[in-house]
Amino acid sequence: MVWVDIITQGILVGGLYALFAAGLSLIFGVMRLVNIAHGDMIVAVAYLAFVIVKATGLHPLASLILVIPIAMMVGYALQRGILNRTLGKDILPPLLVTFGLSVIIQNGLLQIFTADNRKLQAGALETGSFPILPGVDIGYLPLLQFVVAIAVIAGLQYLFYKTALGRAFRATSDDAETAQLMGLDKRKVYAWAMALCFAVIAIAGVFLGVRTNFDPAIGPGRLIFGFEAVIIGGLGNLWGTLIGGVILGVAQGIGAQINPGAQELAGHLIFLAVLAFRPTGLFPRMQG
Amino acid sequence: MSEIILNVEKLEAWYGDAKVLHGLSFALKKGEVLALIGSNGAGKSTLLKSIVGLLPKKTGTITFNGARTDHLAANDIVAKGVALVPEGRRLFPSLSVEENLILGGQVKRKGPWNLAEIYNLFPILGEKRGVPATSLSGGQQQMVAIGRGLMSNPDLILLDELSLGLAPIVIKDIYALLPKIVGNGVSAILVEQDVNRALASAQHFLCMQEGRISLAGAPKAYSKDQISAAYFGM
Amino acid sequence: MSLSFTRSTKTSRIAAVVALILAAVLIATPFWGSTATEQLFGQMMIYIALASLWNLLAGYTGLVSVGQQAYVGLGVYIMVSVTIYLGIHPYFAIPMAGLAAALISMPVAKLVFRLQGAYFAIGTWVVAEVFRLISAQLGSVGLGGGSGTSIPTRVMQTLAPDKFWREASIYWLALLLGLGALALVYGLLRSRIGLALTAIRDSEVASSSLGVNIDRIKYAVYVITAAITAMVGALVALQKIRVSPNAAFSVNDYTAIVIFIVVIGGIGTIEGPIIGTIVYFFLREYFADLGAIYLMILGVIAIVMMLVAPKGIWGYVAQRWQITLFPTGYVVKEEKP
Repeated sequence: MVWVDIITQGILVGGLYALFAAGLSLIFGVMRLVNIAHGDMIVAVAYLAFVIVKATGLHPLASLILVIPIAMMVGYALQRGILNRTLGKDILPPLLVTFGLSVIIQNGLLQIFTADNRKLQAGALETGSFPILPGVDIGYLPLLQFVVAIAVIAGLQYLFYKTALGRAFRATSDDAETAQLMGLDKRKVYAWAMALCFAVIAIAGVFLGVRTNFDPAIGPGRLIFGFEAVIIGGLGNLWGTLIGGVILGVAQGIGAQINPGAQELAGHLIFLAVLAFRPTGLFPRMQG
Repeated sequence: MSEIILNVEKLEAWYGDAKVLHGLSFALKKGEVLALIGSNGAGKSTLLKSIVGLLPKKTGTITFNGARTDHLAANDIVAKGVALVPEGRRLFPSLSVEENLILGGQVKRKGPWNLAEIYNLFPILGEKRGVPATSLSGGQQQMVAIGRGLMSNPDLILLDELSLGLAPIVIKDIYALLPKIVGNGVSAILVEQDVNRALASAQHFLCMQEGRISLAGAPKAYSKDQISAAYFGM
Repeated sequence: MSLSFTRSTKTSRIAAVVALILAAVLIATPFWGSTATEQLFGQMMIYIALASLWNLLAGYTGLVSVGQQAYVGLGVYIMVSVTIYLGIHPYFAIPMAGLAAALISMPVAKLVFRLQGAYFAIGTWVVAEVFRLISAQLGSVGLGGGSGTSIPTRVMQTLAPDKFWREASIYWLALLLGLGALALVYGLLRSRIGLALTAIRDSEVASSSLGVNIDRIKYAVYVITAAITAMVGALVALQKIRVSPNAAFSVNDYTAIVIFIVVIGGIGTIEGPIIGTIVYFFLREYFADLGAIYLMILGVIAIVMMLVAPKGIWGYVAQRWQITLFPTGYVVKEEKP
């Protein structure tokens, strides 16, 4: 039963990884941009929630009411102000600028909050669980996190394929110049895409903070997990990303069981294996 | 005396560091069709792109419906009533036929064109509305592109190489619908490789050669030889 | 009218003379400089090497890697393991590290080359993480695991019996690697491969249709860069003596700083990494006390640079005054009869 439990927990944490990955996937789909600071922004949101919780006494999940709009505004401003200027044929500027942002955010957080571990307390939600099989308990929080991941992905899919904004995203992604001919201002379209990405980052950040201890340095690790989920699942497919996250979560769980230090390594090795044998991922829908 | 809808004066334009348009000047009357002819590389598409705002590096003035547009971004110019049906169609592959058309109408302007009217004009599109736009045949894609351009109810429609890559019979069908497309007082600039067809469809024409206007006027006013000479720059 | 084709310009010839004088001064540092100066120059040489190599990879070949620390760390651990367990002299351990890295980088390249652009970058980072995590597991093999290990004194003493000559040796090795990496990059860019790289940079499609085998060139550059990077890593182990996985495979030390150096100095130029290293160490001298704020300042400078002057300091200088210190092209001169 130990293995069933490990796999179950792995599936549930896969939801969190899918949340990390969804934002990455969205932005890459719309503007071929990869934000190296993506993981650091997730951590920054956790700190933001920490501050808000301390100031207002709100439950961390309730703090999302404030965290999400703030994050969206930051994302919109970031895209309009800085990242729009890096977009173009050369891949170096966005990569190097977001790398610089990563360094700035990590050190900024370090300066303000020190390297101490923090955590968001979710009270009863964290400790409660119910058994589904002997020896296999499902915690309320991991389950909620998984359900939220599914809801977010479903929401993004709906937005992309059934709304005018989503149409604007797809058109601009296909052909930014012709999209201008439709009256679309690509600077605004990209900014809205980033705002949306930051909304997902906000949710991911709060759930991260509730789930584990966090400190300024763990950002890159979250970026890598999100990236691995995207690649394993297949580019351009959000549901595939969910499956990628699950596979990653399960691989890490199995690795941890074999040897506590091998948790992350197991995930990386599965990623490399997929890269070796199925380089386009399991359910790809577009070319890199 | 009908009014001037588009006035271009001393337009010069660059692609990067290369100058491609050298001091073009002309005027378009409201409700007229202007044919733009010239060999490959003469600058016809470039001129259309300059008018619609896709070519940012330029000097000179472009006045549309009385207002200067040469400093505006493409999405603003489109909102003012100019539409471009681009060379090669440039449909959005991720969107269905209907979504491409709806997107064309993103800019809300008053006029006779809406989704139902487009499907009236091109019934085959109504049948294929849910299908990815780029899976259609060349001729049908051209219909989508034209429909997409009409959806914004433009006052000026720019048609770039409608016949590119299409079979003769398809071209014939599309040009048969041209009066309907440019009816209702809509003005048009028509870029067309097939010189005869272009001249037959228009009241006035411009012949371009290496970024300059080599001949301009009414098609009937010139002989075939004169037009050939202007076309080839002899 | 007859034309002559030469490689050098007046400026580059003057620069060559200056470089020779500079080299002589640098070689003599153990004799005229303090230990601190020697160590500073030694570190600068390390970064000139790493930056030149990263620049070759990213600025010229278009392979933006944020995982070169994989090979630095590999070099560190090869140095530690072969000197301790195989009793090999550190001087020989350095090229061994290079060879090992070349071999390991081949399958790695096959894997990561399946990714494009920014995803390639993150992929290289994952590889570095894998190397780091594996070396943290090597405690059972006596390499100290997570907390690391040290190169024993007995090994250090094989370099030279007394401190002065030991430190001088390590310094001269650093000098050799730094100048050697520069020379390698320069030589490569002057050769046919360099011409191919420039063509690829301008247009992959066009150059491939001319028969340039893009994939093979990218592969070769990746492997060569990995090998020299590992040799630098092996030397770093000698400089630091104490090694640990987190330090050996540090993203900050061996990628972030390197990227900063190249961006500030001038990406896609040979002179850039030198300028960038000087700027970085200058900033470090005076502002490193600010800790996290100092690193934030570096990040801001790098971002502003990328947005405002993407060609870096040297890129701007070279364009403005049309000078090259390391000519790779030809200058056509009209010869007066």
